[in-house]
Amino acid sequence: MLNNAMLNTYAPAQPASDTPAPGLSRRSFLTASLAAGGGLLLAVSLPRFVGEALAADGPFAPDAFIRIATDGTVTLVMPQVEMGQGIYTALPMLIAEELEIDLAGVRLEHAPPDGKLYTNPAIGFQVTGGSTSIRGFYEPLRKAGASARTMLVAAAAQMWGVDPASCDAAKGVVLHPASGRRATYGSLAEKAAAIPVPKEVALKPVDKFTLIGTPAKRLDVAGKVDGTATYGIDVKLPGLKVATVAACPVFGGKLKSVDDTEARAVKGVRQIVKIDDAVAVVADHMGAAKKGLAALKIEWDEGPNATLSTEEIVKQMAALATSGPAVDDKKVGDVAAAEAAAARTVKATYQMPFLAHATMEPLNCTVHVRPDSCEVWVGSQVLGRAQATAAEVTGLPAEKVTVHNHLLGGGFGRRLEVDSVTQAVKIAKQVDGPVKVVWTREEDIQHDIYRPYYYDQFAAGLDAQGKVTSFRHRVVGSSIVARWLPQAFANGLDFDAVDGAAGPYAFPNLHVDYVRHILPEGFVTGWWRGVGITHNAFIVEGFVDELAVESKADPVAFRRGLLANDARARGVLDLAAEKAGWGTTLPARTGRGIAVLFGFGTYMAQVADVEIGKDGAVKVRRIVCSVDCGVVVNPDTVKAQVQGGIVYGLSAALYGQITLKDGRVEQSNFDNYQALRIEEMPEIEVHIVDSREAPGGMGEPSTAGVAPAVVNAIFAATGQRLRQLPIDPDRLKGA
Amino acid sequence: MSFTLKINGTSHEVDVDDDTPLLWVLRDVLGMTGTKFGCGAALCGACTVHIDGAPTRSCITTIDTVGDSAITTIEAVGASPAGRHIQQAWLDLEVVQCGYCQSGQIMSAAALISDNKTPSDDDIDNAMSGNICRCGTYARIREAIKHAATAYAGEAK
Repeated sequence: MLNNAMLNTYAPAQPASDTPAPGLSRRSFLTASLAAGGGLLLAVSLPRFVGEALAADGPFAPDAFIRIATDGTVTLVMPQVEMGQGIYTALPMLIAEELEIDLAGVRLEHAPPDGKLYTNPAIGFQVTGGSTSIRGFYEPLRKAGASARTMLVAAAAQMWGVDPASCDAAKGVVLHPASGRRATYGSLAEKAAAIPVPKEVALKPVDKFTLIGTPAKRLDVAGKVDGTATYGIDVKLPGLKVATVAACPVFGGKLKSVDDTEARAVKGVRQIVKIDDAVAVVADHMGAAKKGLAALKIEWDEGPNATLSTEEIVKQMAALATSGPAVDDKKVGDVAAAEAAAARTVKATYQMPFLAHATMEPLNCTVHVRPDSCEVWVGSQVLGRAQATAAEVTGLPAEKVTVHNHLLGGGFGRRLEVDSVTQAVKIAKQVDGPVKVVWTREEDIQHDIYRPYYYDQFAAGLDAQGKVTSFRHRVVGSSIVARWLPQAFANGLDFDAVDGAAGPYAFPNLHVDYVRHILPEGFVTGWWRGVGITHNAFIVEGFVDELAVESKADPVAFRRGLLANDARARGVLDLAAEKAGWGTTLPARTGRGIAVLFGFGTYMAQVADVEIGKDGAVKVRRIVCSVDCGVVVNPDTVKAQVQGGIVYGLSAALYGQITLKDGRVEQSNFDNYQALRIEEMPEIEVHIVDSREAPGGMGEPSTAGVAPAVVNAIFAATGQRLRQLPIDPDRLKGA
Repeated sequence: MSFTLKINGTSHEVDVDDDTPLLWVLRDVLGMTGTKFGCGAALCGACTVHIDGAPTRSCITTIDTVGDSAITTIEAVGASPAGRHIQQAWLDLEVVQCGYCQSGQIMSAAALISDNKTPSDDDIDNAMSGNICRCGTYARIREAIKHAATAYAGEAK
C-alpha cells in the first residue's frame, strides 16, 4: 500500500492507497528568452500536480531559472528557501549534474514570490516544506540543466558547422574533440538564447552521475562562520527603526488600553503603535524597544479564552474519542468480525502535547509601507503568502508588494505561517519609514502556531499465536489542513493527521478514522518538523511494540512479520538492527528499542540505546539509524539531516510541551521550554541504503523516528510503557 | 549616556542608556549583525562575544559594565589563530546548517581552544553547554573543535 511512494504529502484527494504517484515524468514545457544583462535565460515550465483549485493561474507554470551571463557567470535562482536543510547545495547539484558546470563559483539568488515561476511541483504553490524539495525538483531541475546544455552545445555546433552530436560539454565549456575546438558557456550564451528549446531532453541514468551522490561542499556556509550571512533579522536600511511587540497573552484577546507615559520617556523610544490585539514599541534599537515595552501599562480584554487550560482541552478530546463523529480514512477487511474472533484484544490511549517551534532566529519581519507600495524583508517558507498578506493589510495590489527573502534561522514549519508578517505590516502602516519588528523569545514561544495536541486510541486483535488479526486507530486532533490548505480538507478528513496511522504495516483488517477537535478561536495549530508522521510514528510504533510484548515476540522479528510485502521497510529494519547489535546483552538499567517508519517517500529505522538513572533521568546513549531514501543527492546532507532531525525530535521527546493555564502559555524561554544541549547528544550512526528508487524527503523522517525508538528502549530498560510525551522521569524513578 | 567601546580593535562612541545590553549596541546601533539574538536571557549563547578574551553573553551584559575592555565579535574572531582554526574546521567538517547559532558557537569554541589545545569531551561539554543549536549540529561541533585544536596545537609547535 505504502510502497506507492507518495510524492505529494499535502494533497491526497483520496486515501493514499488509491493515489497514483504524481506524474513527474510528464513532459516539461520550456521557454527561453534573452536575459536583461545579455545571455541565456531559461525558464522551465511544468504541469502542476495538485487539484484545479490550486492551479488557478494556468495549467502550466515555470519553476526555476538558470542564467548564464556572457562572462560565464552562472546564476541559479533558488525556488526553495534555505533554512539549514542544505537545499542551496542540493538543488544546484541537480542542475550542475546535467548542465556540466562546476559547483564552485555558481552564484545563488533567492527567488522572489512568484507563483507562476517558482511553484513547488510537489505541492502546487510556492512553498518549502513537507520534505518535498528534492522530490519535487529532482526531475525538473535536471531537465532544466540538460535543456540549457543542449542549447549551448547546439549554439557551438552551429557556429562551427558541425553535428551537435559530435560535441561534448564539460566544466562550463563545449568541446568538439575531432577538431579540438572549444567555447566557453559565457561566449555561447547569446547564441544559445536564439536556439529553439528542445522539446525533450535525455537525462543521465543514475550510474552516469558524477556529482549527484557525492558529498559536495555546501554553498551557503562561508558567510555563516564569519557573521556576514544575512538573515531576515539582520536587515539594514537607512532610517530603519526597530520595534518589539506584545500581543494579548490570552489567545483571541484584544488590546483594551495602554498607558505609555513611562515608555515614551525611555531614551531611544520613538513611537507606541497600537493594533487590534497587540501593542508595539518603535525605537532606535531593540534595547530601547524592549525597555519601552516593559514600561507600558497594558490593559487587555482577555475575551472568551481567559480560563482555557490544557486539562480542559484534553478532556474535550477524550470525550470526542468516544463520541466522534469520526471520518473514515482507511478500512480494510472486517475489523469488527476480526475483533469478535480474536483470542485477545489490546487497547491503549496515546497522547502528544502541543509544541512550539523555537527556531533559533526569533520571528521578525521588516516592512516599509509607502502610499503606493510596500516592501517586506523576511525569511519565509511561503513567500507568496507573505506577499498576499501584505497586500491585504495595505490594500495594495500584490504586484505593488515586494518581498525580499533571506536565509532562515530555522524554519521547522514556523515560517510556513505569515501571522508575524501580517502583524508587522499592520504596525508598519502606522510608522513613517521602514520598521523591523522583532519578537522577543518569550513572544515567540507564547504566540507560536503550535503543533496540535493528539489524543489517539488503539485496539488490536491478536490470535492465539500472537498474530495481529485487526488494527483499529482513531486519531483525535485539531486540523491543520482545514486552516492551512482548505482545498485539501476533504469530507472532514485531515490527511496529515492520519498520515502513517497504520505505520508501514499490512494489517489484514484495518480501520483508521479521524475526529476533528476544534480549538477556541485565536489558539492556532500548524506544521511542526515531521508533521503527521512525527505524530503517528510515535504512537503507532509505541503500540506495535506493546503488541510485540503481548505476543511474547522479539520487537524486530514481530515487525518483520508485519512487513512481509514490503522489502524496503524490511531492509531498513534489518539494517538498523544488525548495525546496532540487536539481541546482544545490555547492562542493567539500559535498554534498546526500535522504530520503523515510512514517510515523505523515505524508509527509516532507528535503534535507540538508553540508560535510566535512579532518579528517572533518561540518557540516550546511541541512535543507529538506517535510511532508504532512494537516490541520494548529497550523502553528507542526508547524514546532517538525520543527526539534526534526531536532535529536534529528542528535544521534544525529553522536554517539549506547551501547556495552557488561564488562556496563557505557561512556557516562555529556553529555561522552561528546553532544547537538547551538547552534553546530552547521543552518538548517532547513519547507514544509507544504496538505492536507485526515486528520491525521498530527508528533512523530517528522523525527527519522527527518534521518540518511539527511545520510548521503546525505556520500556526495555524499565518495563514502563510511556504512552505520552514528553517523557516523564518521575515514572522511571527506581524503575 | 555616551560610551566609548573598543570593538575588534576599533573605538566606537555610542549614546545609549547605561543599562542597554551590549547585543543591541552591536547589532542595531553599530550594525554589526553577526552577533545574534536568541533568547535575551543568557540561556542560548547565540549572542556570545569575547570580552577580554572571555566568552560572554552580550544579551545580558549592560553597556555600563564593559568599560575599556576589549570586545571581539564574530566579524573579527578570524583574526586570532584560535578563531581562524575554528572557522576553518567548521567549514572543513560541514558543521553548519541554518547557521543562526553558529556565531555564538564559534565564539565559545574559539575561547575554549585558545586556552586549551587538547580539550577533552568534558571540556567541550563545559565550554559549549550554554550554546543551543536547534538544527542539532552538536556532533559536528564536537568533532570540529577537536580538529581545530589539533591543527592549532600543531601550528603552535
